[in-house]
Amino acid sequence: MGADAAGTTFIILMLPFIAAICAPFLTRHLKHNAAWVLSLAPLAIFVHMLGFSPVVSAGEAVSGGFSWIPTFGVNFSWYIDGLSQTFALLISGIGALIVLYAGGYLKGHEHLGRFFSFILLFMGAMLGLVVADGFMTLFVYWELTSITSFLLIGFDHKREASRRAALQALVVTGGGGLALLAGLLLLWSMTGVTELSALLPLGAEVRAHPLYMVALILVLGGAFSKSAQFPLHFWLPNAMEAPTPVSAYLHSATMVKAGVYLLMRLNPVLGDTLAWETILPLFGGTTLIVGTLLAIRQTDLKLMLAYTTVSSLGLLVMLTGFGSEHAIEAAVLYLVAHSMFKGCLFMVAGAIDHEAGTRDVTKLGGLKAAMPITFAAALAAAISMGGLPPFFGFLAKEEIYYALWAASPWAIAFTVVAIVGNGLMLVIGFALALKPFLGPKVETPKHAHEGPVLLWLGPVVLALAGFLTAILSPLAHRFISSPMASAVAGEETAITISLIPSIGMPLALSIVTVVFGVLVYRGLDRARAGVASLLHAIGWGPDRGFDQFMDALVRLSFSVTRRVQPGRLDVYMKMTFAMVALALLVPMLRYGELPSWPSWPEDTRFHEFAVLLIGLAGLVAVLIAKDRLTAIVSLGIQGFAVALVFMLYAAPDLSFTQFMVETLSVVILALVMTRLRLYPSDHRPWSERIVSGLIAIGCGLGFMLYLIRVTQDALDLRLSEFFTQFSKPIAHGANIVNVILVDFRGTDTLGEIAVVTIAGIAILALLRVRTRRRPRAEATGAGAIAVREEA
Amino acid sequence: MEPILAVFVGALFTVAIYLMMSRHTIRILMGVMIFGNAVNLLIFTAGRLTRDVPPIIPAALDVPEIATANPLPQALILTAIVISFSFFAFLLVLGFRAYQELDTDDSREMRLAEPKDDPLPPLGY
Repeated sequence: MGADAAGTTFIILMLPFIAAICAPFLTRHLKHNAAWVLSLAPLAIFVHMLGFSPVVSAGEAVSGGFSWIPTFGVNFSWYIDGLSQTFALLISGIGALIVLYAGGYLKGHEHLGRFFSFILLFMGAMLGLVVADGFMTLFVYWELTSITSFLLIGFDHKREASRRAALQALVVTGGGGLALLAGLLLLWSMTGVTELSALLPLGAEVRAHPLYMVALILVLGGAFSKSAQFPLHFWLPNAMEAPTPVSAYLHSATMVKAGVYLLMRLNPVLGDTLAWETILPLFGGTTLIVGTLLAIRQTDLKLMLAYTTVSSLGLLVMLTGFGSEHAIEAAVLYLVAHSMFKGCLFMVAGAIDHEAGTRDVTKLGGLKAAMPITFAAALAAAISMGGLPPFFGFLAKEEIYYALWAASPWAIAFTVVAIVGNGLMLVIGFALALKPFLGPKVETPKHAHEGPVLLWLGPVVLALAGFLTAILSPLAHRFISSPMASAVAGEETAITISLIPSIGMPLALSIVTVVFGVLVYRGLDRARAGVASLLHAIGWGPDRGFDQFMDALVRLSFSVTRRVQPGRLDVYMKMTFAMVALALLVPMLRYGELPSWPSWPEDTRFHEFAVLLIGLAGLVAVLIAKDRLTAIVSLGIQGFAVALVFMLYAAPDLSFTQFMVETLSVVILALVMTRLRLYPSDHRPWSERIVSGLIAIGCGLGFMLYLIRVTQDALDLRLSEFFTQFSKPIAHGANIVNVILVDFRGTDTLGEIAVVTIAGIAILALLRVRTRRRPRAEATGAGAIAVREEA
Repeated sequence: MEPILAVFVGALFTVAIYLMMSRHTIRILMGVMIFGNAVNLLIFTAGRLTRDVPPIIPAALDVPEIATANPLPQALILTAIVISFSFFAFLLVLGFRAYQELDTDDSREMRLAEPKDDPLPPLGY
């Protein structure tokens, strides 16, 4: 591919984000009709991705990208093979329909523009995820889907249930994302490559690596949380709090499949081991059964669909992990079929809700006459979901039985699981497609009639797609299923299954499934009651567990904060200075940087010792002073001693300043202390004093050793020499210190003046602001005025 | 003479830090004041000590004839003294106003920003 084509692909990948920015403005002017314009973006992506078909179906891949963070070898790059292309087509194709559907479903909503924006952002994230090649690109897009799905689930943010569901999805999938990041980094360090395309041929090396198990578990953590595998399935049904277009798009057709995508993508790398072929079918099979059982129990159309989505994802994971070529083909076919029929059914459920005013299946009936187009679409999708001809779902189900059927007990167990799961899904599909439409007309909250074209276009197109792909299966296999299966299997794979059933075990199993399904359908109410009582008996579930987990998290962080931040200044100071002492002493001891024992200075003078001793006496007096006057005077003594030190060692400017400042400080301190009865002496118990004393001695010792060590090394005098040399010739000043302050470093001095000014203003403000906390004083004042008036 | 002054600096730091870990406003303030002196002397000593020759160039010359005291630390400290004074003045007024408003000079009883019986943050969503 040339540079121009790569540039176009990059623009195509950014297109949803651009559309997301435009969406609010378009919606302001065009209202819900903006959907027609906005759906052009996904349509353009669809067409562009379709353009790769000749290359991809020939077994090649399209790749491109650019350097992102070159220091770490991180690239923004894409890799489009059969797997990525199919996903991209599903995302953009269904995306276009969903945008249209949202325009009809949320017509007149005050935040419609925002909604379009969010859903297009999500589309961009999801598209990037499935074409990403670089590990970091993949991870960034992965987390972006979590964040945008948080925004979409919490779209109706005024309801607590929405907020909870949004947070739950974010915590579960975001946490999984972190596991995935760790897994990807581990794969990086195991193989040294940072791109999926480079990782694919290194499967044998990865599988033989001692850290294989850890990497596998981390990657599975990411995939299972995103694809709602038991016991992390609970966030998906709760995500139904989102408006229906979101449920149809994110929680059936696309986002929840990200985990499956990841498993399929990494199948050639991580697959084909005992661990892979045990963990995946076990978790997938459990999820399949749990999901369908929970679905039976629901009466809300959306929740029924949500739980069947959970079970479909379980089925997909199970098939991906099964390892055989047929299983991969079955997974691929089922994934495509599921996206079509589930997206369609969700939109139908939304349309029913929108037109009839309720989603409760027990309160619906006889809508066939009022909503004929919707009914037709629903029926087609349900037939596909039930795995009956002539729809694409039939091909998928036949392939599943081809894949699973073998004589080993392991295979028989999973065949039974698949039969039960498929049978129950058939039940749900028909419960959804038949119950609301057939039978006597039931009074609904709203007078139902066919919705506008925006509402039924999506379901009809998807239903037709399910039909056409089945009729034209050789074409669909050539361009979609076979390239995708080849990418997943890591070798050339050709899918041949068609609508003409061959007599054999798979067909027999299909018949068993249908019979089982019909039997359950007839006793649906009893089955529902049975599952409900079973769940009631269990009581606790991961959904409750999530609440307990979040509460525990808040309590834990609260108690940790309480401990670390007790709200006591002295404790904070102790912690700070203990750290200072450690920072000073530990490196010196650790790296052997202690000063050598200093020799006694040769040129000592008596009066210098006298000054220092006076200063020490002042310090001790400050510590033990019992009354204010002693404390203040002692404080002055140590300050003047410091001023004298400056004087003795040839720093007259410092000395004068120090004398002045020290005098002023002592005077104002005395003023304040005599006006307020503050106690200078220590009232703390001895234990606390000893702790403080030890910390203080540690710091003092640290500073002392540090200073001795510093003065034992050579001093770099270049700056001082520069100032001394140029003070007079350049700045025309004889006092070098003054010249440095006002000339060489004049800007610093300006900063210093600013600090002093700000401090002055702050002091003035503090003294002037009188709070209104003293009503008594005001009352007395008012009383005084009253008295004067009386007089 | 530097090692001996280093011992003095260590003593200043010890007393200053001990006072700053106290609970009473006034002791903390005295600690802050001594701390400023300790830091200044630390910088001063690290720039080496020279007796009797301040960094001033005689009138007739462009550069001093003999080695003078190091002017750089002196310039730094001059700035530092003024800033630590304004800092001290601000803290003093802050402590004074806190005493007026809260009727206490014990930092443990100043719990306006971090109340003692802070309730658990709300659980739920």
